[in-house]
Amino acid sequence: MSFPWANHYQPTNPLMKWMDEKLPLPRFVYNAIGAGYPVPRNLNYWWNFGVLAGFCLMIQIVTGIILAMHYAPNALVAFDSTEHIMRDVNWGWMMRYAHANGASAFFVVVYTHIFRGFLFSSYKAPREMIWLLGVVIFLLMMATAFMGYVLPWGQMSFWGAKVITGLFGAIPLVGEPLQVWLLGGFAPDNAALNRFFSLHFLLPFVILGVVILHIWALHIPGSSNPTGVEVKQESDTVPFHPYYTAKDGFGLAAFLVIYTAFVFFMPNALGHPDNYIPANPLSTPAHIVPEWYFWPFYAILRAFTFDFFFVPAKLLGVLAMFAAILVWFFLPWLDTSPVRSARYRPLLRKFIWFGFVPCMAALFYLGGAPAEEPYVMFSQLAAAYYFAHFLIILPIVSMIEKTKPLPNSITDAVLAKNGEAAAE
Amino acid sequence: MAEATIDNTAVADGDEGGVRRRDFIEIAAVSFGGVGALATLYPLISQMAPSKDVLAESSTEVDISAIQPGQAVKAVFRKQPLFVRRLTEKEIAAANAVDVGSLRDPKTLAEMTKEGHEDMLITMGVCTHLGCVPLGAGEGEVKGEFGGYFCPCHGSHYDTAARIRKGPAPTNLEVPEYEYTSDTTVKVG
Ligand code: FES
Repeated sequence: MSFPWANHYQPTNPLMKWMDEKLPLPRFVYNAIGAGYPVPRNLNYWWNFGVLAGFCLMIQIVTGIILAMHYAPNALVAFDSTEHIMRDVNWGWMMRYAHANGASAFFVVVYTHIFRGFLFSSYKAPREMIWLLGVVIFLLMMATAFMGYVLPWGQMSFWGAKVITGLFGAIPLVGEPLQVWLLGGFAPDNAALNRFFSLHFLLPFVILGVVILHIWALHIPGSSNPTGVEVKQESDTVPFHPYYTAKDGFGLAAFLVIYTAFVFFMPNALGHPDNYIPANPLSTPAHIVPEWYFWPFYAILRAFTFDFFFVPAKLLGVLAMFAAILVWFFLPWLDTSPVRSARYRPLLRKFIWFGFVPCMAALFYLGGAPAEEPYVMFSQLAAAYYFAHFLIILPIVSMIEKTKPLPNSITDAVLAKNGEAAAE
Repeated sequence: MAEATIDNTAVADGDEGGVRRRDFIEIAAVSFGGVGALATLYPLISQMAPSKDVLAESSTEVDISAIQPGQAVKAVFRKQPLFVRRLTEKEIAAANAVDVGSLRDPKTLAEMTKEGHEDMLITMGVCTHLGCVPLGAGEGEVKGEFGGYFCPCHGSHYDTAARIRKGPAPTNLEVPEYEYTSDTTVKVG
């Protein structure tokens, strides 16, 4: 939001003045992520992850375009061309490891960013649209990541493609024709590989477009903050630049230390060795797992082993898996509490840290575990808790909870905290 | 001058019975454009369906003479695995001993095979859950709790007539269309 006290863009040199008249792009940047954007003064490190996610998208686009210069999307040579990138192309190994681990890093960052939303109820009015667009971005990311994982055409690529497109087969009546249409054949083959490549190239730019909408929607109410109290006066804010460019820069450096440690020292730690075996349509690896970032949803998919009211188990699993993400779209309306931040919502805070977080941890673990007892039973319990959190616990807690008193303003909250620190 | 123009328009629109010439033109233009747009959409969607060469590979011949009781081979049909298995006496007896009404997808062994060849179980090697290749056709692979096939992906167990008995798969393994072209060869597709 441009608060009345926001700094105004005043180009001084003649070239920038000329530019400002013809195409005010520098002005736009200044107001969006420069000194012209007033931001709450009390943002903590949870607020770094939006910028980090944007950075990850850039890593993926740059390394991805480079990889596409060397990769061949044809079932006969895709695996070999991937190995060609790894062995023969100058720095090809680095590009591929940066891209593969970049996907993982992107998901770590985005999951943290989403969790920040849960913790501080960032989805609440007036920021619902930002949240809804964010969920759209997450769905697009999942589709993109899935199709990207198919491209090396290893065993996990092939069987992942088969299982995931098999999900569509569960839809009544149109399922099977739809699956054949999506694959362009009866099983994943050249047609599927080619179209996945095409879409894997396209979708990141669609994501970029939605990211721009996400940031646009953010600038209407302005950034949220850890107290959940809206900005009221000039002393509540500082300009984005240099205050948060510096803080984000520090966060970015910390992120890069961890990310590059993976790229250079353990590039395959998050991958699956079976994907270094060329795709073989006649033998399924003993233990098919998707990439780690899909595990919670995969666990929910596999939790349904029984039919229910004539709905077959297979369809139930698929519906539950999609519902697990779609339920996020309704969060702004499921949570009716007038208070945003979990800091002032003691009951919700306990349910998040001691209920939801262990539940997610369990789902992450179980999605990667084999489809055997006792894992299946635990997946069922965890999946049930997951939905209960959003559909039962959150609405009830937000109605009955006795919240703590909110500070008058962001400034008050900051000064009170500093006062305490000074008194100690 | 201005008045004259207005009069002209009124005449040109032919304002009779509430239907103006312009309404007709609008409806005609939108319908024509709409039909055109739909017609353009069709090839854009249809191009993703299986191409001619993919459809052309749609039948396979299998020689079954060398398959011993208790043995199975994996063939390829439409780029997907096909299980051809000669059942042992015991396996046939086990399959027939089941109460068909209690099954998720009720079929007898006779319905899963062809008359006169009840010992030849020919099915797709594609789990009806999400499409993995079940184990049990290869030498030394686990056959699951019911002695037929076992899908390791999400734990579906099939019995010796390839019927789903336990796990998430909704139906029995699919029996493709096939016929015996002689006593020892099968044409699938
Ligand atoms: S694909 Fe066979 S059990 Fe899921």
